[in-house]
Amino acid sequence: MTTTIDNPATATTGTGTAGRIGDSPLRPDGTLKVTGEFAYSSDLWHEDMCWGVTLRSPHPHARIRSIDTTDALKVPGVHAVLTADDVPGLNRVGLEHLDQPCLAEDVVRFQGEPVALVAADHPETARRAAKRIVVDYEVLPAVTDPRTALDDDAPEVHAGHEGGNLVREVHIRREQRTRNEHEHSGEPVPEAPVVVALDFEVGMQDQAFLGPESGLAVPDGEGGLDLYVATQWLHVDQQQVCRVLGLTPEAARLHLAGVGGAFGGREDLSIHVHACLLALCTGKPVKMSYARDESFFGHVHRHPAWLRYEFGAQPDGTLVYGHADILFDGGAYASSTGAVVGNGGTLGLGPYNFPSVHVDARGVYTNNPPCGAMRGFGCVQAAFAHEALMDVLADRVGVDRVELRARNGMAEGDRNITGQLIDSAAPVAELIGRVRDMPLPATRAADPDLRDLPGGVANTTHGEGVVRGVGYAVTYKNVGFSEGFDDYSTARVRLEVLAGEPVATVQTAAAEVGQGLITVEQQICRTELGVERVVVHPKDTTVGSGGSTSASRQTYVTGGAVRAACEAVRARVLARAAAAVGHGGLRLDGEKIVGADGQVVAGLAEVLGTGAVDETVEWRHRPTAEIDPETGQGDAHVQYAFSAHRAVVDVDVELGLVKVVALDTAQDVGRAINPDAVVGQIQGGSVQGMGLALMEEVVVTEGRVRNPSFTDYLIPTILDTPPMRIEVLEYPDPHAPYGVRGVGEPPTISSGPAVAAAIRAATGRDLRRVPVRPEHITGV
Amino acid sequence: MDFLAPTTWADALAAKAEHPDAVPVAGGTDVMVELNFDHRRPSVLLDLTRIPELRAWDRADGRIRLGAGVTYARVIDELAAELPGLAMAARTVGSPQIRNRGTVGGNLGAASPAGDSHPPLLASGAVVELASVRGTREVPVAEFYTGVKRNACAPDELIAAVHVTPAGGPQQFCKIGTRNAMVISVTAFGLALHPARKAVGAGIGSAAPTPRRAEAAAGYLAGELDAAGLWDSRGALPEGLAVEFGRRVRDAAAPIDDVRGSAAYRLHALSVMARRAATWAWDDYRRAA
Repeated sequence: MTTTIDNPATATTGTGTAGRIGDSPLRPDGTLKVTGEFAYSSDLWHEDMCWGVTLRSPHPHARIRSIDTTDALKVPGVHAVLTADDVPGLNRVGLEHLDQPCLAEDVVRFQGEPVALVAADHPETARRAAKRIVVDYEVLPAVTDPRTALDDDAPEVHAGHEGGNLVREVHIRREQRTRNEHEHSGEPVPEAPVVVALDFEVGMQDQAFLGPESGLAVPDGEGGLDLYVATQWLHVDQQQVCRVLGLTPEAARLHLAGVGGAFGGREDLSIHVHACLLALCTGKPVKMSYARDESFFGHVHRHPAWLRYEFGAQPDGTLVYGHADILFDGGAYASSTGAVVGNGGTLGLGPYNFPSVHVDARGVYTNNPPCGAMRGFGCVQAAFAHEALMDVLADRVGVDRVELRARNGMAEGDRNITGQLIDSAAPVAELIGRVRDMPLPATRAADPDLRDLPGGVANTTHGEGVVRGVGYAVTYKNVGFSEGFDDYSTARVRLEVLAGEPVATVQTAAAEVGQGLITVEQQICRTELGVERVVVHPKDTTVGSGGSTSASRQTYVTGGAVRAACEAVRARVLARAAAAVGHGGLRLDGEKIVGADGQVVAGLAEVLGTGAVDETVEWRHRPTAEIDPETGQGDAHVQYAFSAHRAVVDVDVELGLVKVVALDTAQDVGRAINPDAVVGQIQGGSVQGMGLALMEEVVVTEGRVRNPSFTDYLIPTILDTPPMRIEVLEYPDPHAPYGVRGVGEPPTISSGPAVAAAIRAATGRDLRRVPVRPEHITGV
Repeated sequence: MDFLAPTTWADALAAKAEHPDAVPVAGGTDVMVELNFDHRRPSVLLDLTRIPELRAWDRADGRIRLGAGVTYARVIDELAAELPGLAMAARTVGSPQIRNRGTVGGNLGAASPAGDSHPPLLASGAVVELASVRGTREVPVAEFYTGVKRNACAPDELIAAVHVTPAGGPQQFCKIGTRNAMVISVTAFGLALHPARKAVGAGIGSAAPTPRRAEAAAGYLAGELDAAGLWDSRGALPEGLAVEFGRRVRDAAAPIDDVRGSAAYRLHALSVMARRAATWAWDDYRRAA
């Protein structure tokens, strides 16, 4: 099936009634969010609560000689001032490496690192008290250029770390014919008649979620507590919180508060441990909520990257080899840098067939802001480079840019650069062909509305200097956690009679961060159990882990767990019915038990009676494997998702301003469980990728963030957002529940490179860095 | 922090005299941001939103007297015909919510070089009316900006109004931002043609420590138009003249490199905007014949 949505602003796709898979029932949080009534984590409130604030390092790298909290404690209304000395457990957090103190000890490694905490009756009191904490710093030399982080004379960011400032490196090697020596590495490389190369640079993007980091810790009076927090993975947070607090999981219970966007930025801890420390110390509920500027220091960003690419090809454009050298700036702490490097390496040449491959990807420590997970996770940076280079190659060999991609694109049955068999749909040629074949937007009107021109109502052009350009990109992304990670989700489903009606209750700990998982869980229960009423239990740690809401994985993995739990419940209900009626061959249909002859043998409520059926299932997708450390070969990923974009832009080439006129896309989603939500993911992801191409950058100079505000960190507004024609393809993945394929990340990867390509086409400039700034377009 | 909320202008002036360090607040679109970011902790906030006459505008002595509390939204809705340059600038301020709250008086009070009102006020030769318990005085807007975020208000003075002569000819306003809405200016330019006087006004924003006029450039353009008899003939604007005007506007600026843009880009953009704005304004003037 292909769903085509020409103008999503006016399209209606959902009926909102039946609510099974393939329908688009209304989301329970939708109206509340639109009307401003949804309770986000920043709205949490408790009688008698205190407010916590964080004192942060002003320096990118410094030794802490001493901390004096005396004056802060004297401020009336202050209940506690805490430092690293007050941490009861292990003062270390980190998703992959326990390398980050939750409060700095002897050294601070980035501007904004938490140093001390204050709890007070009022947030302003707490802020004022924090300013009276005296920290004596000895400023240390900082590593602020990741390109020098591995030099012999670079300062060590983590003294004694094995590998110095190297967090992880990945090497991918596949060789066929080899003859010459590689220019940089000296290793043998295959000869190719046509060789193209480029360097690319990607700036630091921020998740820029609108809901700031916030939460509420409520002590239980028995040494434990409940933490209500906006997050992407309750259970990994719980592990980290327990380690620092020295508590058991039973004593530290986590509850999901209203999440105002995540995009990877809530995988690491923010206020979690800090609020708990203050709550346990004061015995009072403690709320923390970052202001906007603090939020820019309170979560990891997307890794900036420096990429050097070289492709060899036959004269007809058929790829012979691909080389890539990718450097990610991990910042001061590892976070998920290792996995980002893994993705950048294993997926870094894009969805193309390369007989020979030579890829090196590295992530390094610096004293810049820590970088970690963000939507697209290592593939976004690489895609800018490989798509720019595909255009260069196409022009060099005189082959149409779309045709070149189609000719070299992966298809089902091919092997990617790690040697993994692509064993479900890989419609690269179809996707890029579809976006090419979509109707182009109309040419600019003779007397256009200012809002349709670069610069908008700021009235910088009435058409002067405006040139149109078209750009294409096609990319792919792994779905789910990779490289041997035990990636699972847990679902509990209970079927019972309440007030005479059968009701299913589904419980998972999988975080709803705005993507629509609650609705998906309900749709699956309705489909599998045939009941109308499905209650979704609040998300907390009273059920097993749901895994992370990231890697485009929840509909696949938690969806799989919910389906499996429903199947287990259904089997027990039918067994109970079979025992009652004396024969099998039964099925559930619309709250009835139906026999093989189609006759209703009993009502579901009748069979359930007073005995609820309750099943909990832990569900895993196919295992993945670690890659070979020398060659990078291995079945690293569980599933691949493909998307293509075509961007049409109008560029004022004299002023360097851009208006994206259209951003059209085709994406294979396997099976659209909720078509409206799928389209929403594609729209949002496309805009986020476009934002990186055009404007979104955390500007860091000598380790200091220069634009920690929405005044100067710009994200696209609705007037920057073009119409999008979206074609949703459904080629089921036979290995995935319902055939689903992850949706959320691919559009973020292919949209930006298409926009960048369109700007290059309009301006004739190479533009090897994103975001593309007016200075780059105008060359001044 | 004390919060004073006078309901009459006399009370407001008395309060300011008593608390010279009081920070006036109207729409709050600037002051509240500074408070939220902890950039500022004034001891006294002086709320001016309860004073009716600040929200009014009227005509007197051939000028429009725009009360300091008139919002951008009202400038757009009510004054676009008479103050087109200011209305164009107001359209580029923030979001609809901000335009419903923010005021021209507040823009003057903040005196940021990036304030959107300043270039059109400079181009049209506006006059700021300052008041205190000592009396009232008028300051030409070109003399009003005294430094980065500093203005000519004495500690006991409040901005009462700004007086602007209704446009006697075409006006233009252009502003560079790196997105197409809701953006603070990278650099901005305001232009007003004054055919009755055969004069030109030009103001630039975000390209010097204060908003400033491009006086020499404006004089040059007016003079060349006069020398060629174009004010009377309404003949086409020679392209070379527009280019040279842009160059001279650029020469009036003294921008810096910052996170929003480079000095070199600001200079380049000013020259392009000035050239285009002059062309559009002149075309309007010719069409109006």
